[in-house]
Amino acid sequence: MTKAAINVSGVSYYYGSKSALNNISFTLQAGRFVALLGPNGAGKTTLFSLLTRLLQPASGSIELFGFPLHKSPGQALKQVGVVFQQSTLDLDLTVAQNLAYHGALHGLSGRTVKQRMTVELERFELSHRANDKVRELNGGHRRRVEIARALLHQPRLLLLDEATVGLDLESRQSLNRHIRTLCVEENIAVLWTTHLIEELSSEDDTLILNQGNIIARGSSEELLTEHDAPGIAALLIQLTGAKS
Amino acid sequence: MSPAAYLNCFLGILRRELLRFIQQRSRFISSLVRPLLWLVVFAAGFRAALGIAIIPPYETYITYEVYIVPGLIGIIVLFNGMQSSLSMVYDREMGSMKVLLTSPLPRAYLLICKLLSGALVSLFQVYAFLLVARAFEVEPPAIGYLWVLPATLLGALMLGALGLVLSSLIKQLENFAGVMNFVVFPMFFLSSALYPLWKMREANEIIYYICAANPFTHGVGLGIVVADQATGEFRWSNELRRIPDVLFIVSPLPAVENARGQRDHLLYLCSEPLHPRG
Repeated sequence: MTKAAINVSGVSYYYGSKSALNNISFTLQAGRFVALLGPNGAGKTTLFSLLTRLLQPASGSIELFGFPLHKSPGQALKQVGVVFQQSTLDLDLTVAQNLAYHGALHGLSGRTVKQRMTVELERFELSHRANDKVRELNGGHRRRVEIARALLHQPRLLLLDEATVGLDLESRQSLNRHIRTLCVEENIAVLWTTHLIEELSSEDDTLILNQGNIIARGSSEELLTEHDAPGIAALLIQLTGAKS
Repeated sequence: MSPAAYLNCFLGILRRELLRFIQQRSRFISSLVRPLLWLVVFAAGFRAALGIAIIPPYETYITYEVYIVPGLIGIIVLFNGMQSSLSMVYDREMGSMKVLLTSPLPRAYLLICKLLSGALVSLFQVYAFLLVARAFEVEPPAIGYLWVLPATLLGALMLGALGLVLSSLIKQLENFAGVMNFVVFPMFFLSSALYPLWKMREANEIIYYICAANPFTHGVGLGIVVADQATGEFRWSNELRRIPDVLFIVSPLPAVENARGQRDHLLYLCSEPLHPRG
């Protein structure tokens, strides 16, 4: 049986005495697209930091493709591509240099990096910007570079934390399409954090986080029927008490 | 992960450090101008006052310019060590530190790669300085250029390690500038870089003990022995005398790993301000 891409079991995390995540558990199967929704302060970014080992859980365990993150971080992180909410590109390096640096951190040889870079830059229509400094790119292009970089080492799990923040509608839709295509064509599991409801479709598997707890899980359609809500925005307001 | 993966990772980190260094031309120029000013202006004045003398621990007649060169190499390495730490603070604020932290390779190894890359960038600057210094009558024999390598590398690792500890304690880039003033200048002036320790003792016993406890003094001390070796015969007595220097220089490295008694490594400490609140 294929191991789950993410298996979070009883995870809690605290900032001092303030609880950020309370004993949460969920799984994400390989090749699936899951949208993680929640208002500000729900614990989404904390969850991402735990999944990428930037933070250590106070209790519970996280497995990525069957590898425990705290015991075999190397094996687990090898499978993961991450796009953080805040840009993590080096502005003074070129697109190619940023990608090469990332490849090296994953132990890829120069030749492999070049091959993979060609594929990913073509996929995101960035080949002509390879030798431009990141500082010269607009927000949409920078985001695409970050996703291309996250895919460079051919991960089986893609974690996207508010990846479309600050982008215009066209760029957001284009990125959304790219990610969904990747999920289907390359069998990559995707955990997509967003607070932009229009980025979701009714068939999406959805996880709703509020005040550090998972309060709903299911396809958007199922959740709407179950809670008798007219739309995802209304459902979110109904479940979390969020104002908008 | 295979040994090749570890090597690729090191080469990638080194490449990035070099690229950043090359792109910041003013950093390279100032790393040369700073010691050259000391050599040309300050040392020339002292030479006029002191003439050519035996300045222990040297065992032969030397000019003040020759005496001061290990100290100036030290200041290049010291500034570069602090600059590398500054780049860690910058990376943390800009978010690029997260890229490093999500690497599947062990964090202790990433830390060593960072330190070694910074040390190699220092080495490059030191050799550039030594070449320019030839124009000012600092002309060690060819073997001297080889001797300087291990001493500089050790010193650069020590100072880089100290810089990393500092960068883990500093939360904002602005604070780092202040610490540079409180760390770099006292370390340089309270050492044997400009005057031998015995001269310090003649002037003030307390300052002498502070200088003797300064790790930078030991780095310079090792450099002086190296310079002395390069100009004279190989003397085992001198080498043995400097073993404590080497130990003193290397000692901050494990200290870095155990900094603040955390279970994880320094890079984890460096990531602290990344902790989200969402």
